[in-house]
Amino acid sequence: MIHYNRFVLDNGLRVLVHEDTSTPMAVVNIMYDVGSRDENPDKTGFAHLFEHLMFGGSINIPDYDEPLQRAGGENNAYTTNDLTNYYCQLPAENIETAFWLESDRMLSLAFSKKSLDVQRKVVCEEFKEHYINKPYGDVWHKMRELAYTVHPYRWMTIGKDLSHIENAQLNDVKEFFFKHYRPINAILVVAGNVKTEEIKRLANKWFGDIPMGEKYVRHLTDEPVQHQARVLDTEADVPLNAFYKTWHMESRLEKGYYVADLITEILGGGGSSRLYQALVKEQKLFSNIDCYHFGSVDKGLITIEGKLVKGVSMDKAEQAVNEVIEKMQADSVSETELQKVKNKTESIIAFEDMTIMSRANSLAFYELLGDPDLMNKELEKYQQITAGDILSYSKSTLDAANSSTLHYYSKN
Amino acid sequence: MINRKEEPAIKDAVDFNLQLKPYTYFQLDNGVPVYTIDAGAQDVVMVELVFFAGNWYEDKNIVAATTNYLLKNGTTKKNAFAINEHFEFYGAYLNRNCYNETATISLHALSKHLPELLPVVTELLTDATLPEDELAIYKQNQKQRLEVNLKKGEFVANRLIDEYLYGYDHPYGKYTLTGDYDALQREDLEKFYKQYYSEGKCLLFVAGKLPSDIQEQLNKSFGHLALNKADIPQITHLRQPAVQKKYEVINDANGVQGAIRIARPFPNRHHPDFTKVQVLNNIFGGFFGSRLMSNIREEKGYTYGIYSYLQNHVESSAWMVSTEAGRDVSRATIEEVYKEMEILRKELVDDEEMHLVKNYMMGSILGDLDGPFQVISRWKNYVLNNLTEEYFYNSINTIRAITAEEIRDLANKYLVADEFYELVVV
Repeated sequence: MIHYNRFVLDNGLRVLVHEDTSTPMAVVNIMYDVGSRDENPDKTGFAHLFEHLMFGGSINIPDYDEPLQRAGGENNAYTTNDLTNYYCQLPAENIETAFWLESDRMLSLAFSKKSLDVQRKVVCEEFKEHYINKPYGDVWHKMRELAYTVHPYRWMTIGKDLSHIENAQLNDVKEFFFKHYRPINAILVVAGNVKTEEIKRLANKWFGDIPMGEKYVRHLTDEPVQHQARVLDTEADVPLNAFYKTWHMESRLEKGYYVADLITEILGGGGSSRLYQALVKEQKLFSNIDCYHFGSVDKGLITIEGKLVKGVSMDKAEQAVNEVIEKMQADSVSETELQKVKNKTESIIAFEDMTIMSRANSLAFYELLGDPDLMNKELEKYQQITAGDILSYSKSTLDAANSSTLHYYSKN
Repeated sequence: MINRKEEPAIKDAVDFNLQLKPYTYFQLDNGVPVYTIDAGAQDVVMVELVFFAGNWYEDKNIVAATTNYLLKNGTTKKNAFAINEHFEFYGAYLNRNCYNETATISLHALSKHLPELLPVVTELLTDATLPEDELAIYKQNQKQRLEVNLKKGEFVANRLIDEYLYGYDHPYGKYTLTGDYDALQREDLEKFYKQYYSEGKCLLFVAGKLPSDIQEQLNKSFGHLALNKADIPQITHLRQPAVQKKYEVINDANGVQGAIRIARPFPNRHHPDFTKVQVLNNIFGGFFGSRLMSNIREEKGYTYGIYSYLQNHVESSAWMVSTEAGRDVSRATIEEVYKEMEILRKELVDDEEMHLVKNYMMGSILGDLDGPFQVISRWKNYVLNNLTEEYFYNSINTIRAITAEEIRDLANKYLVADEFYELVVV
């Protein structure tokens, strides 16, 4: 059970405090309700590039990192398709430094031309390091475009193309900032060795006078229901053939999300999972195979990916995957197997909640979803899922017509 | 109105009274030492068994790593699937890892499930069958994995730089070739398993919210095993660094980045300069605010990230600079690294930067001591490196006391361009 106190400043900034006196540290986590799904299709990768620019100096403070390091702190940030999150950890006694830094960059960035020039290059190198200069690095560019036709999940957070990042202009940066980085679109979570009353005082002092901004309301078009299987064959200079297949699943708050999560555990969560046992160990068709999803807020993708053993044909490998799926659709899982994945989920939650950083991050995420109390209700939702739920969900969702398949061939 | 230009007052992290929570020590009936940290709010526990079974002790390449991997792939009573299913049913993670001196089996679980889990760990230590068919699958899949990894410049660079530093015949310098898998025999593994696991030398590290009967539980499962009876063999491996210092390797003619490694040999943690150099290393390339990062990423945009660090080896170490930079700016990146060395040799670090780095390091240690798993991991590192509590407090005093003059002297002693190996893999 994670305890927290919640209050809202006059400018709409939501603040959550999680007190934990067992640590000398404090975490200050700010989540902005903007991700790559909010980008213009011609300017993709911008939310993530912007995250870099948040470290390029704010209106009153030329450098974010130095004062924080001087206060004994460390920080980082990440951008997903759904959101952007900034977090720092420092000795609790120095927490005001984090308030000073975070509030100034919420007030306004410095909008330095130099910072934009440099970070464009840095992000291009990041793009190269992770998606170009790496075997199979382009898979998710291709897969997202195949699986999504209208929803902005069809591009990756890093962006569709290097040129989108190279073309980013200072005006775009300013516009983006004042549209999304306002108190009304942000959530502040403070966790660790702190007192709520003191956090209230600091939040009002540092964030209270920042103009509220306009609530950003997204109008995304839902991805239409898919009625026909999609297949793409591609070829690259990689050593092994690889197989990828996805199905559209439910959004984060729907019951189906939790069912899908357990299904991915049954299929691909470890050494006793079905795909690993059948296809790697018994039939020896794949050298590795996994099943997972992305935890997306909007409708995400259940994914199977694996590399084929040399000499095995793509047809044969695909047929074997289909058989495992067909079995999910034909027979109920046993109570033991269902209990196994529920136990595993209980364990994952307990381990995740060990650090204040992770607790702060989760609280912010559930607040973003609409209710921080959801964090304490997750396990119960998994416990309620029955074998019947798994069976009917497998039938409806793991359906060929709802799938996209990528055959990734080795050129060699 | 608040003055946003003015930094709030801070308490200097160097003034924090950092304490390393002491471990509880006891021995099992067979003399196996156990180090425990009882802390934390979540009902989770980690039990790590450390064996002196790293590649230091193998006669043939990858015997140690393969034995370690196959520990959970079958006993006379359970096949690999049944073992995995057992641990996964209780939501537990059973991992194994092979390093140079040591190899480990670690269990992460909810405390309440330990009684069902520990006996099966025992089974793996006394009754693993290292089955032939599991070995065959492992060889095939590892070979495929190696083939994919060899396409990555950074993977190739990490292998080669270690070879230059230690020599291919040294456990720190050797790496896996496809042929090593073909040469592997089940008998090699059986022999290694018996000598270094079933009858090997073992230490236990346990942390989390521990059940009150943890000592009994551990003793019941591991106290009767034939461990720590024989001495482990004293094996010496000579370091044979390469003569040639500079290398350029083309791994992928179309590669868009160069994997750069610049490194020099360095003594181990018992050398009086080791902790002091940690401070110098932080200034040089050890954290996000370092000189290398500020110059090469934040000023020039040549890379997504650049770091320097001292390798965490027991016998001897190396000081390494590591980055992936744009192919066209790889040469310029290397030049900047040497320039930063030169500046540290010539100029005194100013008070502000000294103050910042010291505070950062102290804050970082404070954050690192947060939680039982982090505390035991520090203790494990000390025990395996033959260090005591004193090392922790000495390190802290070193960070507090070190001066800009000492930093410059150390730079002159160690940041000598000619003593560094230099490698670019495109």
